[in-house]
Amino acid sequence: MAVDIEQYKKDLLAQGAEVVFSKTKNLTDTPFSYCGGCGHGVAHRLIMEVIEEMGITADTIGVAPVGCAVIAYEFWNIDAVQAAHGRATAVATGIKRTNPEKFVFSYQGDGDLAAIGTAETVHTCNRGENIAIFFINNGIYGMTGGQMAPTSLIGMRSSTAPYGRQHDVHGYPLSLTNLLAELPGTYYVTRQAVETAAHVRTCKKAIRQAFENQKLNKGVSLVEIVTNCNSGWKMTAPQANKWMKENMFPQYPLGDIKVPKTE
Amino acid sequence: MAEEIQLLKGNEAIAEAAIRCGADAYFGYPITPQSEIIEYLAQEDPYNKRTGMVVLQAESEVAAINMVYGAASTGKKAMTSSSSPGMSLKQEGISYLAGAELPCLIVNVARGGPGLGTIQPSQADYFQTVKGGGHGDYNMIVLAPYTVQEQYDFVKLGFDLAFKYSNPVMILSDGAIGQMMEKVTLSAQVPRETKDYGWNVLGKSENRERRYITSLYLQSEVMEQKNLKIQAKYAEIRKNEIRYEEIQTDDADYILVAYGISARIARKVIRLARAEGIKVGMLRPITLWPFPSARLKELAPKVQGMLTVEMSAGQMIEDVRLAVEGAVPVKHYGRMGGIIASPTEVFINFKKLFNIA
Repeated sequence: MAVDIEQYKKDLLAQGAEVVFSKTKNLTDTPFSYCGGCGHGVAHRLIMEVIEEMGITADTIGVAPVGCAVIAYEFWNIDAVQAAHGRATAVATGIKRTNPEKFVFSYQGDGDLAAIGTAETVHTCNRGENIAIFFINNGIYGMTGGQMAPTSLIGMRSSTAPYGRQHDVHGYPLSLTNLLAELPGTYYVTRQAVETAAHVRTCKKAIRQAFENQKLNKGVSLVEIVTNCNSGWKMTAPQANKWMKENMFPQYPLGDIKVPKTE
Repeated sequence: MAEEIQLLKGNEAIAEAAIRCGADAYFGYPITPQSEIIEYLAQEDPYNKRTGMVVLQAESEVAAINMVYGAASTGKKAMTSSSSPGMSLKQEGISYLAGAELPCLIVNVARGGPGLGTIQPSQADYFQTVKGGGHGDYNMIVLAPYTVQEQYDFVKLGFDLAFKYSNPVMILSDGAIGQMMEKVTLSAQVPRETKDYGWNVLGKSENRERRYITSLYLQSEVMEQKNLKIQAKYAEIRKNEIRYEEIQTDDADYILVAYGISARIARKVIRLARAEGIKVGMLRPITLWPFPSARLKELAPKVQGMLTVEMSAGQMIEDVRLAVEGAVPVKHYGRMGGIIASPTEVFINFKKLFNIA
């Protein structure tokens, strides 16, 4: 016999049960279609929770990228704009400059932010646009089926580097985040992960910080989130998390890269 | 109130009109022969001094058109301008703007190409402008000014049409109209205002559904429906917005078809011809898309020939030929590479092409 979930919940509450967690209203009821173990779902949830917790839903406009998160519209229950590949921060600039009172963020993968959109990313940061950038780095192109990313590691196999990335052929893994931290226009730059409960909690604080900073009008807040792409990496989710810790984190060390000076 | 008249360069007229019609933002990248637009705006500093209009020099034409996309998503009146090579870079963004059905104004003060080309005036971007340019089935409303006054007036008209149809509008000008100075009757300052149009992203309030600006529809059935909706809108635009001017077509035996600076030259050709007893008139398309095809078809049986005068290898001529459906010979005369033909030169070649002694 099918269970009526809503009735079941009501019954439990009637029996004195306490609600300790509920899904943020800023996510739709559509189940995430990301691969099991992928970080996008957690990253989406954290950003949407922070927006709800800060009470800024009615003042927030998101910019979604091309890449796996091109389907963000299925899940984000907020006003948002789909950008062309790589152009998310230019779109965010247009929104923020004409609506300085709004909270504006872009959500971008490594190909979007650090390859095709490099010029837009660098110049948005250099202008110190008062926006938040959430940068999902999984070292591979997930949506298009596992091609090499600018952040792919040396030796890492992908469909366009089937014998592994070689620096003399494909160039080196690009840590754009560290370069961007050098620019006076970035105010807060941090690198996070979401593969453990502890990292999820720290990451959420960083996301919150990135939104809080927008009230100060002091420039870009950039939160890089290193995640696995288990299907792109051709691993199981647990294997991918292990590989990420052993290989991605040494190349892309977690932690704050640029923190606001205390005044 | 007395009329406010000012001597303005074509490019300055665009900038002044933008401020006065209450535009919210200009994003652009310098390129000759249209850099006076952003220079004038920077000098006038509307953000601090007049209306609060944002003026920003972007890192590229690509970034500029995407900034327009962002601002337009929120229902702001946003614009950009460039010249031919820069306009090629904007094509991706224009396709997205058309796909997402966003209103905005784009100005092309065209110069000679292909490639880096030259900085002198040209009309060789006609195909790019009216036939797509970017990917996918889309159209922009294209306005072609032939005086500095029209250059000024078409900014407000362009924004009005863009918002009426939720579609990008292009002013296709040329280096001559952009650089020449004429007197312009200015309009009164209109305040900036942002409305809730029902589609623009402003932040989701509790009592309404989220809004999402996109041109992505992964299911082909849905994408086709979106295309059909856009095509229905284009049909509506074709019905309502065709604009053109006719000069001495009533008794004409020959019709010149020309727009922009070429129409100024063609106007003089009419005088030269009539002085020799040859009855020449002109149809000047003001909207290049939608194109005044029906009117040309009407005129065709009444004349012996039509001549398009274009600063290109002959691009608009294809639309004129399609319009008249073979009812009358259609010829082309034009110079390329930034050269503006003189009226005498056009007249001599007109006579040659139609075997008039």
